[in-house]
Amino acid sequence: MNVLIVDTATEACSCALICGDQVLSRSEFAPRRHTELVLPMVDSVLAEASLVPAQLTGIAFGCGPGSFTGLRIACGVVQGIAFGLDLPVAAISDLAALAQMTYHRHGATQVLASIDARMAEVYWGCYRLNADNCMQLMGEEVVIAPEAVSVAEAGTWVGAGSGWDTFADALTQQVKAQGSQLEKWWPELLPDAVDMAPLVRAAFAAGDVMAAEQAMPVYLRNQVVKT
Amino acid sequence: MRVLGIETSCDETGIAVYDSEQGLLAHQVFSQIELHAQYGGVVPELASRDHVRRIIPLLTQTLTDADLQRQDIDGIAYTAGPGLIGALLVGATVGRSLAWAWQVPAVGVHHMEGHVLAAMLETPAPEFPFLALLVSGGHSQLVQVTGLGQYEILGESIDDAAGEAFDKTAKLLGLSYPGGPALAKLAQQGRTGRYEFPRPMTQKAGLDFSFSGLKTYVLNTWQAQTEPDEQTRADIALAFEEAVIDTLAIKCQRALKQTGLKQLVIAGGVGANQRLRTQLAELGQKLKVKVFYPRPEFCTDNGAMIAYAGYLRLSSGASEPLTYGARPRWSMADLAGA
Repeated sequence: MNVLIVDTATEACSCALICGDQVLSRSEFAPRRHTELVLPMVDSVLAEASLVPAQLTGIAFGCGPGSFTGLRIACGVVQGIAFGLDLPVAAISDLAALAQMTYHRHGATQVLASIDARMAEVYWGCYRLNADNCMQLMGEEVVIAPEAVSVAEAGTWVGAGSGWDTFADALTQQVKAQGSQLEKWWPELLPDAVDMAPLVRAAFAAGDVMAAEQAMPVYLRNQVVKT
Repeated sequence: MRVLGIETSCDETGIAVYDSEQGLLAHQVFSQIELHAQYGGVVPELASRDHVRRIIPLLTQTLTDADLQRQDIDGIAYTAGPGLIGALLVGATVGRSLAWAWQVPAVGVHHMEGHVLAAMLETPAPEFPFLALLVSGGHSQLVQVTGLGQYEILGESIDDAAGEAFDKTAKLLGLSYPGGPALAKLAQQGRTGRYEFPRPMTQKAGLDFSFSGLKTYVLNTWQAQTEPDEQTRADIALAFEEAVIDTLAIKCQRALKQTGLKQLVIAGGVGANQRLRTQLAELGQKLKVKVFYPRPEFCTDNGAMIAYAGYLRLSSGASEPLTYGARPRWSMADLAGA
């Protein structure tokens, strides 16, 4: 399988290429420079694998939550390429990506993934590692005030993502108030396409894919007009 | 050469294919008017979100209508600005990525260049050089067009664009969004001569426009009515429309005389206004100037004009690198010639 993965949901811009057993990747911290970087990254990762676009067999993207414009950039790249080459698309949650990354980099198995959603809210999801070493959502992903988050199940957790930077106090307090222990948190983590690779493999194996026109951002915040 | 055009600068998703041998092969437009109507204007975030939903189904439909396969497209053009940044980015991202997937050249097109050139899709078509009157919800400009990318802005609105003035005035008169066309319709019931509004900036030399003062005139006139009735509303609508159209015609005449140009091209949404068309046709006869319009559906935003402008740009050697982008503010005067 030759599957391209693109993520531009946050200040980071990244892509990865699953090429058989190998995963090649590119990543850069690049606020507001995604449109300059994303396609050159994609082009160079394919070049490294000596592939041309027509040799891709699938494509995946970080579908959110995250910056609205960022989500639409990754989605647009994926829609364009998937439409052009008639490829199946896997949509991967950016909160799942954060959780998976926390497992890869820090060995965590229960992760409270949170991205700063601005307007005094966070994007929030509770993830646990499954038997296939993939992070699995417990309950639902939500956009919510940090003082109101809930932990899917009492236990020992770690935190990951920018929500833990801006709202560390409120989140830790709320987690403890619900009878869970918080071991540690990594507020600096930003979703990265390379960490999505196992989730993408699992999605393709399970047939959890869609056509280009069905690839949509998952904003979570859908109340965007003041009425 | 066959070029796919993508337009998403505001609240219309437009897709088209232009063929250099056969002309326009297919085009599709999805208008978001209903989506924004309840808010009384375009909500940028909602516009962006809707473009993401519409763009791939419209691409599929357009290629099907044109009976084309993916390998039949030789280049892709997308609107790169000016417009709403979030909306522009949808079309630019899909367009540039699709071009990468197909390994064909891509070009970012200036939205107003698309409008200026739209009349060239019609028969008979204008030929360079000509004077263009661009009148839309976002722009009011008189442009001397000497060739592709050779645009000199002779005059423009110092405040509201003509279409914006129509929409805002319609709102003042209680007409529902988008009010411009509704106002023009109401004006048909109006009686000439009951009200006389000024023709702004026609007493002074120069080719700039100003339409925001007319709004105030309308408001004051409407509010001065002790018992406002439908006929009065129609009479005011007509007086407003006459004032705007007269002003545009006066400035066109001035620009034609100043430049000596023998062709006048109308572009932009207000170009669909019947009174404007009639009055400029009369002006053309008087001055022995040929007047050109795109068909009404190509006056408003569409993919056909972007496909056509993109074809001209690509065939003159332009192409964008993989580092694409969009420019919400972008003067046509900054465009390079071909």
